[in-house]
Amino acid sequence: MSRQQQERDPQGGSAIRLENLSKQYPNSPHPAVDNVSLDIEPGEFVVFLGPSGCGKTTLLKMVNRIYEPTGGKIWIDKTEVHELAAPQLRRQIGYVIQQTGLFPHMRIADNVATVPRLLKWKKARINRRVEELLDLVGLPPESYARRYPAQLSGGEQQRVGLARALAAEPSTMLMDEPFGALDAITRNRLQEELLRIHRQIKQTILFVTHDIDEAVRLADRIVVLRQGKVEQFATPLEIISNPANDFVAELVGAEDVLRRMSLIPIASAATAINGQRNVDDPTISGSSFLRDAIGTMVETGSERLSVVDEDGHPVKSLTMEDIQQAVSTSDAEENASERRATSASD
Amino acid sequence: MDFTYLRENPDVVWEHTIEHIQLSLTAMGIAMPIAIVLGILATRILWLTTPIVSIISILYTVPSIALLAFLIPSQGIGERPALIMLVMYAQLFLVRNIVAGLNGVDPATLEAARGLGMNEAQLFAKVWLPLALPVIIAGVRTGLVTTISLATIAGWVNAGGLGELMFQGLALGRESTVLAGVVAVSALSLTIDILIRALERLTPVARAQRAAAP
Ligand SMILES: Nc1ncnc2c1ncn2[C@@H]1O[C@H](COP(=O)(O)OP(=O)(O)OP(=O)(O)O)[C@@H](O)[C@H]1O
Ligand SMILES: [Mg+2]
Repeated sequence: MSRQQQERDPQGGSAIRLENLSKQYPNSPHPAVDNVSLDIEPGEFVVFLGPSGCGKTTLLKMVNRIYEPTGGKIWIDKTEVHELAAPQLRRQIGYVIQQTGLFPHMRIADNVATVPRLLKWKKARINRRVEELLDLVGLPPESYARRYPAQLSGGEQQRVGLARALAAEPSTMLMDEPFGALDAITRNRLQEELLRIHRQIKQTILFVTHDIDEAVRLADRIVVLRQGKVEQFATPLEIISNPANDFVAELVGAEDVLRRMSLIPIASAATAINGQRNVDDPTISGSSFLRDAIGTMVETGSERLSVVDEDGHPVKSLTMEDIQQAVSTSDAEENASERRATSASD
Repeated sequence: MDFTYLRENPDVVWEHTIEHIQLSLTAMGIAMPIAIVLGILATRILWLTTPIVSIISILYTVPSIALLAFLIPSQGIGERPALIMLVMYAQLFLVRNIVAGLNGVDPATLEAARGLGMNEAQLFAKVWLPLALPVIIAGVRTGLVTTISLATIAGWVNAGGLGELMFQGLALGRESTVLAGVVAVSALSLTIDILIRALERLTPVARAQRAAAP
């Protein structure tokens, strides 16, 4: 939390407040979303994590009113979402889904221009914005703008979906398993770029996944859901090191992640000191492992450590982000080598 | 085959062809708005889909001559019963394809369109209809080609068109007159089929498909 207070510009995103939010589908024995209350800070990247059917999608779709709640309220800054007509509300909220939902009969540029056109921007402004966005998501406009969605790979289509959602600079983004259908390597690259874009624009992002590694990598805070109820709402670090109950522990495979962290040397995850090192940062030896670093962080309450060599001289620094990065990279490598092994065997 | 009549009376055949086109297009012009209403009702109100589509399919199984004979006592002879019959039969192709076209659009695409902030009218005009259009136009094509061939029966109730020429030929035992009618009807169907296929190629979906074809 201190991280985003230090680094995030509150102008970039909206504060979102869920107040006793519930959704009871007709003919369903229990509510899909059950009395959920959450305070999400401006610019925060919040990941909703939970097993299939726990209500992640239902919750997300109530924010832009694709589903109507049966109880409770949703505030985006000072506005309850029902104060606006649904189309007006949705034009201020970016929306990305796993199936991409790209319009197959429109060129990429027209897909991306959808919301600016609905908002009746001037043509020149739209064209400029489309080029800017395609560049932002790594699709050079000169080779992509005039193609149709069917002429793109799955990863490229998802980039277009992202660009389309970002078009009118929404202060809130809803993303429902956007990378769920992609291979591990593409997913990793897109996660990285989403983080880069988020650091740049600082919009508030509500992101749904059931992939714990994706959640740990992306989230400022994770909401763990089970049968429509919040089991824990905390930073990835807290969730992994201090799961609220057995359900959370099992879901995040806390032991598994910790085991992985106990195998990664700190030296391989730490980054060069970039001048802003605080002399008060707790120190840790470069030859110990990430698990030790987490322990030190939890003990000292600091999210940045100074990595020292055998002589006790600071050589590098290690942040929570570095750890997240290292853990998810090791995971991707593991997956990739596993796949290579299976494809070689058959 | 005896093409004497076609050779000696091209103007008469042409005149009947024009009449035939007029009758078919009038029927189509009446059938379309009805089909659009029925098609939209059937897609929007889920429990109506099955009854609407099955009633229309059942109507289609009634033989055309029987239907005409049934209409004559109340509608008399001439254009009226012929048009009623043609409009009824065209419904099958039109409604079935409107329903299939609209229902065939990927729900995720529609949800994305709504999620981006399109209202229902924008959604329909920019996404739903364009994506359903190829299937709908194909329905118009088969509907119109069927109407053209069925419209020959209209000659039997003096509604004009190429059917009249063929029934005259039959009554007088002139094979060459009948043949002229058959040739003209086939040529007409083929032309319409080609024209509408060209139209299908102009739809945004077809254009996107062509661009994506390797
Ligand atoms: N349109 C609907 N009508 C009735 N019940 C629904 C509807 N959509 C979802 N549900 C039910 O609500 C519950 C939550 O579904 P939801 O789609 O929100 O889960 P989810 O967490 O997104 O799951 P997944 O990870 O599989 O996408 C499930 O029990 C589901 O069966
Ligand atoms: Mg879901």
